[in-house]
Amino acid sequence: MIIEAVTQGSSTVMTILSIFLALVVGGILILFTDPIVTKAWSSFFSDPGNALAQSWDSVSFAYSQMFEGAILNPSTVSAAFHGGSIAAIFYPLSATCAQATPLILTGLSVAIAFRAGLFNIGAAGQWVGGAIVATWLGFGVSLPIVIHVIVCVIGGFVGGAAIGWFVGLLKAKTGAHEVIVTIMLNYVMYDLLSYLLSHPAMLQQPHQTNQIAPFIANDANLPHVGGPAPQAGVGFLIAVAAAAACAWLLSRSTTGFQFRTVGASPSAARSAGINVEKSWIWVMLLAGGLAGLSAATVVQGTNTQLTFNSYGTYGPDGITVALLGRAKPWGTVLAGLLFGALHVGGTYVAGATLNQVPDDIVQVLEGLIVLFVAAPALIRAVFRLRATSGTGMEAAAKGWNG
Amino acid sequence: MKLELREITKRFGSLVANDHIDLVVQPGEIRALLGENGAGKTTLMNVLYGLIQPDEGEILIDNEPVHIRSPKDAIRAGIGMVHQHFMLVPVFTVAENVTLGVERTRGFGGLLDRKRTRSDVLELSEQFGLQVNPDALVGELPVGIQQRVEIIKALLRDANTLVLDEPTAVLTPGETEDLFRIMRSLREGGRSIVFISHKLKEVQAIADNITIIRRGQVVGERPPSTTGAELAALMVGRAVQLRVSKEPAKPAGVRLTVHNLTVADERGEPAVRGVSFEVRGGEILGIAGVQGNGQTELCEALLGLRPSSGTVSLDGNDLSAATTRDRLRAGIGYVPEDRQEDGLVGAFSVADNMVLDVYDRPPYASGIALNLDQIKTAATELVSEYDVRTSSVQTPVGTLSGGNQQKVIVARELSRDNKMLLASQPTRGLDVGSIEFVHKQIVAQRDRGVAVVIVSSELDEIYALSDRIAVMYEGRIVGFREPDISEADLGLLMAGSSAEAESRSVQDALPPDQALELPGAVEGDDAE
Repeated sequence: MIIEAVTQGSSTVMTILSIFLALVVGGILILFTDPIVTKAWSSFFSDPGNALAQSWDSVSFAYSQMFEGAILNPSTVSAAFHGGSIAAIFYPLSATCAQATPLILTGLSVAIAFRAGLFNIGAAGQWVGGAIVATWLGFGVSLPIVIHVIVCVIGGFVGGAAIGWFVGLLKAKTGAHEVIVTIMLNYVMYDLLSYLLSHPAMLQQPHQTNQIAPFIANDANLPHVGGPAPQAGVGFLIAVAAAAACAWLLSRSTTGFQFRTVGASPSAARSAGINVEKSWIWVMLLAGGLAGLSAATVVQGTNTQLTFNSYGTYGPDGITVALLGRAKPWGTVLAGLLFGALHVGGTYVAGATLNQVPDDIVQVLEGLIVLFVAAPALIRAVFRLRATSGTGMEAAAKGWNG
Repeated sequence: MKLELREITKRFGSLVANDHIDLVVQPGEIRALLGENGAGKTTLMNVLYGLIQPDEGEILIDNEPVHIRSPKDAIRAGIGMVHQHFMLVPVFTVAENVTLGVERTRGFGGLLDRKRTRSDVLELSEQFGLQVNPDALVGELPVGIQQRVEIIKALLRDANTLVLDEPTAVLTPGETEDLFRIMRSLREGGRSIVFISHKLKEVQAIADNITIIRRGQVVGERPPSTTGAELAALMVGRAVQLRVSKEPAKPAGVRLTVHNLTVADERGEPAVRGVSFEVRGGEILGIAGVQGNGQTELCEALLGLRPSSGTVSLDGNDLSAATTRDRLRAGIGYVPEDRQEDGLVGAFSVADNMVLDVYDRPPYASGIALNLDQIKTAATELVSEYDVRTSSVQTPVGTLSGGNQQKVIVARELSRDNKMLLASQPTRGLDVGSIEFVHKQIVAQRDRGVAVVIVSSELDEIYALSDRIAVMYEGRIVGFREPDISEADLGLLMAGSSAEAESRSVQDALPPDQALELPGAVEGDDAE
């Protein structure tokens, strides 16, 4: 069974092989950054053993540092045995989860829309919508403790959902293509954010010239579980809960059945009495809400002051994460964790090697993984797998709307 | 050119798709290859065309063994193939399409010789009565003419043997007649033809010899004079009822009333023009007509998939303003014309497809939660009750054969408590065994008191099922008849009127847009 899955290249196996191949290619790139290795290779013919040994040392050091930074550092384990902090063992993992949190949520936003046949490029704009509402509720409103947190998180969801709903509405009523609409709305939202952050009457912190919002109130912050920021907190639990909700919704609810039918065949959905346009509106509302939640976990969790650059690359990364997770909720969680680990590990390795291995290597790895996932034929050729029909890769490779 | 296939064997894993098949096609012969879906016809032709290499056996042309390793070799050997799905560039003209890959050039630098291409096309078109305009854009031509473009493509590459893979599946009865005329003139020109089909009548009408294959083996060779029953029995492996036996209808009160229904097509032109009819419970109304006379739009309007004016009521409830969902809930069962597009979601499992339009109702859902166990149980029961051949209810429905896909739709739509059943082309593309099954199920619905409407362009189907026949022509119902009307008279009605029918041959020679402007049929001008 497992052998068959491997030789025929099931989608999980293909993803793992893609990651493996990306690490191999990334390793070769690391070699080029190391002057000791390049010097050893220049005298390859006189001492080939040295060249290979130096190469191995260099790559294994970089990747082991990455592992220590993102997952587990053995020295913290031995320290714990000699009276050190036990919690410190989990700091790397906790940082990874913290990094993964917003990625998982924007990934879910893209994934759920994708299952209903829509390509949500607009997670970035929806993120901004959620961030604006969550931030305003965070510093502008006084509410009792606990309730303040909850209201802000819900506000983030609503802020994103409103933008998503508008996209769905435009598509349903006018037939406008969601890709165009979401791309354009991203710019609208960026500029709206810039405007709001430039006026103290709006979101700008008083007595500031920079585009920056006030800190949100302490009682609106999401509590951290694994230590101080950037450690994981309640935000990560929200992301996992959202994934569980999406998984249930998609596979076990009538709404999800409706979404999936619309995504797989709008004409069959119509003939079965499903209101396709209404489904578009609802799924975009949900997708926007998830992107808004992503914003809430950031502005209430990891960095509690909204700036013009806060939206970072959460939107585009969400597309990548959803693609890697094959638009499945739990797949998206795993892909988000992988990307979170790469981010954390990349920063760590850059520090450990005094920037000789720059953290840009992580972006190269991410790009390679997605490239290989999107080109299943390449992976099959490299690992000599037999072709099968319908590994689920085609949809990912083909993009949206057939 | 004499073509001979000897002992061709092709295995896919444990499945033997072709088991020592022998086939001889004499020069100037139309050889029919008759078999059910999945009998191995297409595999055999792919072997002949070099798309698949056989495990055993050889191909001989004029008694000389040839090796065909690719379509290129096949073309060089004089074999031409017209696939079910055409390989044409829609934005190119006919001449450009047929010359693609064998471009005629002149002068230095290989300038395209358009003039010669045009004259080549015209010459072939004239020689075999194909009537194709070399300058027409392929995308704007009807399917029947596109098929002729494919034939010209093969002829231009000097094909002596033409393989036509299920060529009539996409054609209207009129277009089929035209194709047969062309096939005869090709035969007279010394070309031989392999005609692949599972339709008995067509095979009997056009073939010189019929080879029947079943489960990868040749089970017999018969002349076209063989009875349909014998051919069907050979094909399916058991005796088949070509026409289901049914008791006379016992119609009760009127259930479905359609009054003055008018529907527009995509371009806003009226496709259905003021149609009125009634269907009683326990009665099958067959709507006959050549494809494209408003039947598709009529069905979609009855389901609420397309805006319409006029009224539709079922058991006295006015459904004119109801959504599709409400109409389905009001008790309409719907078997759509295009099962893959409208009836099923190919990527979904058989079980999911079994509840495609009832997934949100008890017992399959409680609140917004799906009842997966219940869905699975119900699907398992339906699969065995309707004899759907699938390895499990979790199998994606898109991997089933056409007949089994249709059984999934029929099972879903007939297992409900229907007041009315609307089935459009319910057996299109199915083999005789599946047709028999679907027909029996439809008659069973009638006998349970359901008002049944069947839309079909196949006369056989209309006769087999109908208790009453309505004929549609240019968006109107031009007459209601009893099922004892002769096929000739029905055919004339479908063509509009007797006068209209006589002028058909004239119309065919004209480009389609001009033909449309001829005066339409007058209502009630029937041919009895």
